[in-house]
Amino acid sequence: MSEPWEEEGPGTIKKFMYVNRKAPYGTIYALESLEVVLIAAAFEQDVSMAFLDDGVYQLKKGQDTQGIGMKNFSPTYRALEGYDVEKLYVEAESLAERGLSEDDLLVPVEVMGREALAELMDEQDVILSF
Amino acid sequence: MTMLHTVNKSPFERNTLASCLGHAKSGSAILLIEDGVFAAVKGTAHEDTVRGAVADHKVFVLGPDLLARGMRPEQVIEGISVVDYGGFVDLTEQHDKVQAWV
Repeated sequence: MSEPWEEEGPGTIKKFMYVNRKAPYGTIYALESLEVVLIAAAFEQDVSMAFLDDGVYQLKKGQDTQGIGMKNFSPTYRALEGYDVEKLYVEAESLAERGLSEDDLLVPVEVMGREALAELMDEQDVILSF
Repeated sequence: MTMLHTVNKSPFERNTLASCLGHAKSGSAILLIEDGVFAAVKGTAHEDTVRGAVADHKVFVLGPDLLARGMRPEQVIEGISVVDYGGFVDLTEQHDKVQAWV
């Protein structure tokens, strides 16, 4: 006997974007966003993550949290691919303001300008902000 | 009276650092901690402001918070001293008061 949720078929696939605007460790937003993305991956929606403002710091290479006694969750971004979360967008202006470049990031991303990102946000069905 | 100011917010997200610099008397000490450490890194849009602060204040940054965020001591603006938690304790002990710009 099949479970009720299996009988409903694939249903409508919506475009979900997770917008990340906070640096890691100083607040809980970055980690919470990752947790929600990983949970939501089970629902097989069209998921993307955007990193802008201080959110670009989440993807900075070389994070070493031993000294602050917190879990370094940055390797998790590399595991997102395994959950079919493959669309990671980073805002070029946010990187530039912070003296960062694509080479400073620990995972392959698509770097795009503010206007292009705004367009992409406009195309989403659901936006979740962290 | 000597004052130690601590700043724990990113200069990109809040005006905490600017407010601190507007109120910190010449010669007072400023310690950047938590997300405040982003101000200490070279090449950001806030570099000129921070270089100005270094000319007028003793500026410190907490090393463990830098490393956690993927930044290395070599990337810190010249004139800013990197301290560990022991150094943080020493700074609070050396100053009469601590003002936390939260």
